[in-house]
Amino acid sequence: MGALDKDDPAVGTGMVGAPECGDVLKLQVKVNPETGVIEDAKFKTFGCGSAIASSSLATEWVKGRTVDQALEIKNVEIVSELSLPPVKIHCSVLAEDAIKAAISDYKKKQEAKAHDSGDAQSD
Amino acid sequence: MKTPIYMDYHATTPLDPRVLEAMLPYFTEKFGNAASRNHSFGWVAEQAVDKSREQIADLIGASPKEIVFTSGATESNNLAIKGVAEMYAERGNHIITAVTEHKAVLDTCKRLEKRGIQVTFLPVGKDGLIDLDQLRASITSRTILISIMHANNEIGVLQPVREIGRIAKQHSVLFHTDATQAAGKTPVNVIEDNIDLMSISAHKMYGPKGIGALYVRRKNPRVQLTAQMDGGGHERGMRSGTLNVTGIVGLGEACAICQREMAEESVRLTGLRDRLKAKIEAGLGEVYVNGSMEHRLSNNLNMSFAYVEGESLLMGIQDVAVSSGSACTSATLEPSYVLRALGVGDDLAHTSIRFGLGRFNTQEEVDYVAERVIETVRKLRELSPLYEMAKEGVDLKSAHWPGER
Repeated sequence: MGALDKDDPAVGTGMVGAPECGDVLKLQVKVNPETGVIEDAKFKTFGCGSAIASSSLATEWVKGRTVDQALEIKNVEIVSELSLPPVKIHCSVLAEDAIKAAISDYKKKQEAKAHDSGDAQSD
Repeated sequence: MKTPIYMDYHATTPLDPRVLEAMLPYFTEKFGNAASRNHSFGWVAEQAVDKSREQIADLIGASPKEIVFTSGATESNNLAIKGVAEMYAERGNHIITAVTEHKAVLDTCKRLEKRGIQVTFLPVGKDGLIDLDQLRASITSRTILISIMHANNEIGVLQPVREIGRIAKQHSVLFHTDATQAAGKTPVNVIEDNIDLMSISAHKMYGPKGIGALYVRRKNPRVQLTAQMDGGGHERGMRSGTLNVTGIVGLGEACAICQREMAEESVRLTGLRDRLKAKIEAGLGEVYVNGSMEHRLSNNLNMSFAYVEGESLLMGIQDVAVSSGSACTSATLEPSYVLRALGVGDDLAHTSIRFGLGRFNTQEEVDYVAERVIETVRKLRELSPLYEMAKEGVDLKSAHWPGER
């Protein structure tokens, strides 16, 4: 748990949930742009024990995976690993969403960077 | 000091050892059915029941004949509200209650709505109190019952019962109060407060679970109820069913002990509660008390800890038993309706903890709990994205949340 530098172009930040629901997950991934491997991941959670556990597990699992492999992580795997009861399944869904949001943010940043450098080159 | 520490006395209470002692003979020696009129086994049991009626009546300023035994306050609430609605159907079909009532009252009223009864659910202010002018204004010629709880189970707030009783009497409307949390903790007098019906529960005052009572006024006016449990006609036809003698003895003894010790206990618990509050506030910022501190039970503290979710806080303070207004486990993900009625935002409602102190808590326990809470909140705030955002100066209320409904 903790934080990565959100301004680092290699860091993707995903935030899901809402305070009114009692669940807010922030997941960050630091990706190696050359290999596409997630080298580090950190989470912060406002939520119950299951939400905290789900997001913690998510950060453990994504480390060492490539971005595409990380996108394959399904919430049911989290449910199974943590033996989450039915009322807590939504926590695992949020964790899966957080992974996707973080990766999506990283990809957006990479595209923006490519776009920028593309512009620079076309001068 | 033993752990885990119990600080959830609003949920239930342990039996006072003196209550247990009083109950024991009635399990195996004096086990008769109190309705057995023909032999000493019955007479002995009946005697014990009569004594209990007196003990309960003494606590609340009533007459022993006005006590009806039930399985608990939930049943008492059902009996009072449904019993009145059915008995007085000719006179009217309107009931007034409040949004912060216990589910036993709210759901009973909702069921009656389906049968065609009109129900007014009075709102409460930020302090948790109803507005007496609003109450007056909502009374009509068809109003037959006002049901407002004495003390709230979540926030401990005390409603202005005496004033409500006066207003009810002026308009010839029956007044029922759910005194489950109040009886035994704060003085209640059905005559002075103009109360016509009152629910109490043994297991909230160091008595056993599964027994309660309903006070039903016999004079000025004589209140009648349509029974909800039919059978042998027990309790003057108001509640059939063999009397739970052991439970009744327990309830009586519990009331007697409260009667004797309430004044002193109340002072002690207020001291402990205030100490807990002061320590927590000294160690943490952005903590908020929910509901009026002035009109409140001596033993209740309901606080919100910004940026920290209630269930995770409960898990973090592990060896302390309290409860939370966070409904993480309820299917709707909606937090406490009582806190919502106070106008506490959903985000803060998810962060609330209810401390209910009681007879067996000590100062040592209070100090330990305060420390654990402070420690755990600090840790969880480090873990919280909301705390991080707040520190960065982001206004959480206007932020856009991806998961917002």
